[in-house]
Parts: sequence; C-alpha cells; structure tokens
Amino acid sequence: MGSGYLTTILFLPVAGAVLIAFVLSDRERVIRWTAALFTFVPFALSVILFALFNRSPEAAGLIQFEEKALWIAPINAHYHLGVDGLSLPMVVLTAFLGFLAVLISWKIHLRVREYFAWLLLLETSILGVFLSLDLLLFFIMWEIEVIPMYFLINIWGAGHKEYSAIKYVLYTLFGSAFMLAGILSLYFTTGSLSMLEIGNQGLGMVQSIMPAAAIFFLLLIGFAVKLPVFPFHTWLPDAHTDAPTAVSVMLAGVLIKMGGYGMIRLCVTMFPPIAQQFAVILVVLAIIGVLYGAAVTMRQNDFKRLIAYSSISHMGYVLLGIFALGKVSLVGASLQMFSHGVVTGLLFAMVGLIMHNTHERDLRKLGGLARQVPIITVVFSIAGLASLGLPSTSGFAAEFLVFVGSFSSTTVPWIQGYTILGVLGVVVTAGYILWMLQRVFYGPPLEQYNGTADADTLEKVYMFALIAVIMLVGIYPAIITDVFKLGISPIVGLLGG
Amino acid sequence: MNLALFIPEIALAATAVIVILLDLFVEQKRWLAQVSISGLVIAGVVTIAMWGGSYPAIFNNMLAVDNFALFFKVLFLGVAFLVILSSTDYVGKFSRFQGEYYALVLLATLGMMLMAAATNLIAIYIALELASISLYALVGFLKDKKSSEASLKYLLLGAVASAVLLYGMALIFGFTGKTQLGEIAQVIQALPPMTLLASPGLLLGIVLLVAGFGFKIAAVPFHMWVPDVYEGAPTPITAYLSVASKAAGFAIILRVFFSAFGLPDWLSLNWGYIFAALAAISMTIGNILAIPQANIKRMLGYSSIAQAGYLMVGLAAMGLASADNILGQSGVLFFLASYAFTNIGAFIAIIAISNKLDSNLIDDYSGMGKRAPLLALALTLCLISLVGMPPAAGFMAKFYIFNAAMQQGMIWLVIIAVINSVISAYYYLRVVRVMWLGETASVGKVSSSGALRLALFLCCLGVLLLGIIPGSVMKLAQLAASMFIY
Repeated sequence: MGSGYLTTILFLPVAGAVLIAFVLSDRERVIRWTAALFTFVPFALSVILFALFNRSPEAAGLIQFEEKALWIAPINAHYHLGVDGLSLPMVVLTAFLGFLAVLISWKIHLRVREYFAWLLLLETSILGVFLSLDLLLFFIMWEIEVIPMYFLINIWGAGHKEYSAIKYVLYTLFGSAFMLAGILSLYFTTGSLSMLEIGNQGLGMVQSIMPAAAIFFLLLIGFAVKLPVFPFHTWLPDAHTDAPTAVSVMLAGVLIKMGGYGMIRLCVTMFPPIAQQFAVILVVLAIIGVLYGAAVTMRQNDFKRLIAYSSISHMGYVLLGIFALGKVSLVGASLQMFSHGVVTGLLFAMVGLIMHNTHERDLRKLGGLARQVPIITVVFSIAGLASLGLPSTSGFAAEFLVFVGSFSSTTVPWIQGYTILGVLGVVVTAGYILWMLQRVFYGPPLEQYNGTADADTLEKVYMFALIAVIMLVGIYPAIITDVFKLGISPIVGLLGG
Repeated sequence: MNLALFIPEIALAATAVIVILLDLFVEQKRWLAQVSISGLVIAGVVTIAMWGGSYPAIFNNMLAVDNFALFFKVLFLGVAFLVILSSTDYVGKFSRFQGEYYALVLLATLGMMLMAAATNLIAIYIALELASISLYALVGFLKDKKSSEASLKYLLLGAVASAVLLYGMALIFGFTGKTQLGEIAQVIQALPPMTLLASPGLLLGIVLLVAGFGFKIAAVPFHMWVPDVYEGAPTPITAYLSVASKAAGFAIILRVFFSAFGLPDWLSLNWGYIFAALAAISMTIGNILAIPQANIKRMLGYSSIAQAGYLMVGLAAMGLASADNILGQSGVLFFLASYAFTNIGAFIAIIAISNKLDSNLIDDYSGMGKRAPLLALALTLCLISLVGMPPAAGFMAKFYIFNAAMQQGMIWLVIIAVINSVISAYYYLRVVRVMWLGETASVGKVSSSGALRLALFLCCLGVLLLGIIPGSVMKLAQLAASMFIY
C-alpha cells in the first residue's frame, strides 16, 4: 500500500520550514499562515488515516500504509515507513499538537522566520520517530529533533534558557549515544536494520557473541533519558520551564512520548524475555518516579515548573504500565501517553497564556483570577481535573487501565504492592493540582490583575479543541484503545501472555 | 612502463612550474589561481577517467595505480581545488610570493598523491617529504610572529617524526631485506611465528612507523604541534593541513599496514590494538582540550585530533578483522571524504568571517547569525556535522566506521567514541550559540567573493548529500578498499 500518505505527512512540515527559511518574505503574517497551512494539512491527513485504518481483529500487528524503498545499499538501510495500532495514535497526536503549536505561537514577534522554521522541523523529526520502521531512519529522526529544540529554547526561552538548552542537548545526546551503540550491536548481531525483521525473528537472530541484555540496556538508556525515568529526569524541569510555551507543549505533549514508544517498540518487542527478567527494576524506578515526582511537584512555587514536575510523575505511570508487561497495562500506558500529551499540552498552553497576560509566574503572587479571567479559569480547571484523573476525562481512562492492568499482571512479583504504592501518587496529584487551582484562581481577587485579558478567539479555538479531545477520549476511550490494542496484542503474544 | 598512467602527476607538476614562471610576467595575480585550478581540473578529469580499470604498477613497482590510490588522488585534488578557491580572498594578505603560494599548494598535493600510490618504503618516504616540505613553507607564509613560530615548530617536530619514521623503515628493511611492501609481507608470512616473536627489531620497526605516521595524522601523543600550527598558519593552509595532510597519512597507514603487516593474524591483531588504544586516547584528549579554547582555529585543531581518533577506530577494526573484511578500510575512506567536505567548509566560513573581523576569537563571532545569515548557517551545518549529528555527513561517517568496530566486537571502543561525540557537542555548539544568540558588535554585513561562496556551497552540498544519500560514495569507498583483498 505505497500510497505516499505517510511521506506527505512526514515531509510537509519540513517543506514548510524550507519555504519559510529561504523563500518567503519577512512578513510575519505570511510566515504564520504558511506555518499553519503546512501543519494543518498533515493533521488533516493523519485524521483521514485514522479513519481509514483497518480496525478488524485480523489486522492486529499489521503494518498499514507501508512505504519501503532501498535507501543506502551498502549497509542495507531502507526508507521504510508504516503505522500500526501503536504508532498511529501518536502520529495523530503529533500532527494535532504540531498544528496547535503554531496557533499557540501566533503572538511570537521575535525572529519569526527562524522560529517557525525550527518549529516545523521539530514536528517532522518527531513524526519521523513514530513513522520509521528502519532503525537508522528512526535514529536519524530521533537525533534531528535535538537541533531545533536547542535553538527554540535558547533564543525564545526565558530564565536560565542557555543553561537549560545545553543541558537538554547534552542529556539527549548522552542517551542517544548509548542508543546508537545499541542499534549498532543489533545490526551487528542480526545483520538487519529493519524493526520488523528483528522483531519477528526475535532473539533467535541475536548470536551468542553479545549478551542480549547488554543491547537491551543500551537501547533502554536512550529511551529512559527521554521519558524521563527517575535518575535521568533532571533535564526535564529546566527544559520545560525555560522553553517558550508552544515548545513546552510539543516537549511535554509528544517529545517525551518518544521514550515510551521506543521502549515498547524496541525494548519490549525485540527482547521479551530480557524485559520480563528486568521488569521489576523498571517497575521500582517507575514507582519512585511517580511518588518522588509528585512530592517534588507539591513543593513548587513556579507555575510552569510545577506542571513540568508533574510530567515526571505521570511518566512514571507510563513506565509502570509498560513494564507490568500485561496487555491491559500496555494499552493503559499507551493511552496514558496520548492522554498526557493532550492534557499537559493544554496545561502548558494555559500557563503560557496566564503568564503572557499577567506577566507573573510565581504562585505566591498570583491569586483570585477566577473573577478576572473566567474562561481561562474554567478551561484550566478542566485540564487540571483531567490531569488528576477525574472520571469522564481521558486521564481517568488511562490511569485506570494502567492500574487495573498492572495489578492483574503476572510477570512481575509483588506487582500488586507496587501498584498500590503507585495509586498513592494519584492522591498527591490531586493535592497539588487542587492546591494550585486554589492558589491561582480562588481567594480574594487581587487589584493588580484587574483588567487582565481573558482568552481571545484564537486562544479559545485551541483550548476547546484540546478539551474536546480530552472529553471524547474520557467518555469513549475505545476510539483510541481499539487501535492501540491492535498494536499491543502481538507484543503481548511475544511475552507469552 | 606506461607513462600515460602518470599523466595526473605530470600535469600537476607542470602546472606548478607554469604558475611560478607566470608569476614573473603577469600583473593580475588572480590569473595564477585560475591556472592552478585548471591544472587541478585536468589532473582530476584524467584521474577520474582512470577509475575502475586495472593497471600495472609503474616505475619499477614503486607506484601502484589502483582504485585505492585513485580514490585518494581525487580526494586530494578536490581538496586542493576548494582550498585554492577559498584562497583567492585570503592571498591579499601576502604582499609578495603569491605565485609561490599556489605552486607550493600544488606541489604538496603532488606529494600526497604520490603518498597514496607508493608501495615501496623509499617511495613512501620521498613522497612524504615532498608533501611535508611544501607544507612547512606554506605554514610560515604570513611571515608574522605566530606564523613563523608555527612554521619552525612544524619543521622541527616534523623532522624528528621523519627521523623516527626512517629509523622504523630501516629496522624493517634490516629484518626483511626488502623495501617493497608486498615482498615484506611475503618474508614475514614465510617465517615461523617463533622467529618473529624472538625478533624485537620488526616489532620495534612497526611501532616506530606508527609513531612517524601518527605525527602526520595528528594522533595523541604525537599531536603537540597541532594547536600552534593550526593557529599560526594562513587559514586556507590550516584547512588543507587538517584535511589533506591527515588523509594522506591515513592513506599510507592503510596501505603499509594492510599490505605489509596484514598477515599473520596475530600480528595484525597487535597493531589493531595499538590503534584502538591510540584512538581512545586521541579522541578523549582532543575533545577535552578543545573545550577551553577561545580561538576557533585552535579549537578546530584539537577537534581534528579527536577526529583522527574516530578515524583510527576504523584502523583498529581493520587490524582485528580477517583479511577479506574491508569494512574498516572503507569506513576510513568514507569518513575521510565526509570529513573533507565538513572541515574545509568550516574553514572556508571562518576565512570569510575573519577576513571581515580580523579576529579568530570565538567571542568575536557574536551575532554573526544576523550579520551574515548564510555564512553562519553554513558554519552551523559543518559544526553539526563535526559533532556527528544527522542529517549531516558526519553522522553517516561515524555510523559507518563505528559499525566496522562493532563488527569486530569492540563495543568498549564504540562506547568511548559515542560518549566523546557528546563531549564534543559542548564546544562545537558553543560557537553556534555565540553566532545565533550573541549580541551583534557591529551591523556591518560580511561580504565574500564569488569564488569563496562557490567553494562553501560545494562543501555544504557535499555535507548534506553524504549525510542523506551516502550510498553511492560508500560504494566507491568499498570499491577503493577492495584493493586490499588478496
């Protein structure tokens, strides 16, 4: 089915970037509309793909819309794109947030041409990670993302932006250095760069020359830095806090999901026995991440930093779901990635909006905004409740699946205990979210915020778009989980469950 | 003997002589550059036309005309072409001797071409000296304090290295009684292993060869000359040194070690591990010392030491591999091709910028993204390629060469190498940050000549093409390296 859909989705944003950087005039309006066009079309196409996607049970594990061409003959690398149930929702999410990121950036006036060029390049590289089925292509897309992020944080960021940018780059490169070694060892032991071939043939292809566990951990380090997993998380608060709003949305919304996706796609699929053997370590790290992340979040006084820290805790659920290694827990982890992308995307967009309108980000100085900015208050409350997992929001569906799936999983000893500890994280989450809402929006209105602007039309558009998705997935999660199941069930088959 | 196989070299030597003579008569010195370039183009076209054929060795088996030599000849000619293009702005700094400058570049190129082709210890030494002596003179061409100091330092250390090399060659000749690489190999393979082990002379000879060639490729611990020479030399010559001279060193190492000492396996294993250790030390020391540098030419000097380290990963893989596995060799060739585009590109951008600024300090590059966006973008691309990030050529080169090491099970070396790439990101990106984020000191636009822009464009094109569709050049590298299969 070489329909060219995926290539179009993948390369339209970068085409827009080239157009903006080298061809168009310097007029801000032209650049903004071009960026919007070149992100909207991929989004529309991805929705069409989502509608056309074959959801029948026979299609489980099947790669759809596949495109394959020989790319570098001497090392047997292919230009190989395709989506299955696991990657398609992530592609839709990326294209969706990529388009919204352009809308969120509408009020950027500093070096507009460069800004949108980098933002579009960023979208292409993230899409590339989710679409690639060839390890070399996957790695290239994984690495390209670093350059736009470096510039976006460094130029348009705030606070210690230079420190945060280089910290982000060095952490990411450090992780991907190990990943590259892992990919090279996979290539060395199997002679193939195709994820499908390696996945299908399993460890049988790995010869005895190298212990499979070593390759597993080399790959895992790269993904663990990105997700982030507990001891590798310290780049995240800095990068999220100092990045411009739209970039925080992309970063929290889809970029860190590349880590979770990579773990499922490479670590679990290619090394099922190794994953089972070491799952308990990762589950423990997940629980530490959940509890530690939530506890640290509680202590934050910076508005944006608080949201950033909450991501560490939420990504702990993803890790827990993945390495509980059950079918339900894996679906839950995938849904948590999707849901967190939308919810935290919205939270960051709202924080950016409040900071833009009030020029204040210290929680101790904010307060009583509910009177002055009612629309922002309502939307923010919905996003916050979704983040703490209120039923009828996507956050509830995702966390529920993670906990139910993990609790009933059989691969990890004492998993019930770990899961219960993890559930405690939800309580802390409710604590910091509600406390934050109270500190920002409730209490007596403060004089200095009189006349603060509420959301304008453009802002309402992206807010309501995000809320619609949160509610839709919360009320009818099957729209996404049915697709995820198609991707997950063959992996669970490999795990023998 | 068929002299037709020697046409590229003859053309180059003739062009050098013509340039010197022409210098006496023409007023318009830019003619000299044009004549030099046409000489290079003629030599290049003839060389490319010879590609793929199988020819007998010439000059009594002194020079081979194989794909391996042709690959390097094209590389050297291409580099010289780019260097001369980018010199046209720079030569204004020399009040006199422009003709000699071009002629010396051509002669150095000739020496390197001979190095790539030489299959006899004596021919190797002569070719190496021809290249080196031309470069000693070129390094001192600015005639200011730094340039003269650099030249003297290069000359003295180079002479020591030559002496070491010669001593190593003498030991090997004393042990085997041969100077022809193929014959040396036959003698060594015919001997019983115990005799080899009992004779430290041969092993000492090999170690001395490593030291002598290690100076050429700027490997630690033979790197002391690099920062000063890179800083003092005229910038186009720095570019030339960092790429062509290094490539010539690798060409000769590949040929000598594989032809003469490739078998028996335990011997190649030994020098393979020597190169692996040198690789690890070179990249670590080079990268760490590059971090505090304030002068961009010095920084790139240390970076070139680190790059030599990555390249030696390929040599180590070659030593450990069995004789029919050419991944290490072709990895080195591909890396050199991509490194040539990348580093020359970086230096051309530096030439253009420093012509305007009259400074090579990284801090003075502040705000270059506004003053000269295209130059800054080109330099950014080259620096990203040096880090080894996609979509630039440097990534593919590293992927390919580390893959060769992985195939030999040297995962420890690969991990050291990839971590070094991360360290290097820190200092390369510092330049990028200064250019795009720093405040502009002045608003003056940075102008550059058409020749320089053409050269820079060609380099960036090469960096991108080798980074995105490297297949055909990898094929060429494999073809060139397959010369080594017995």
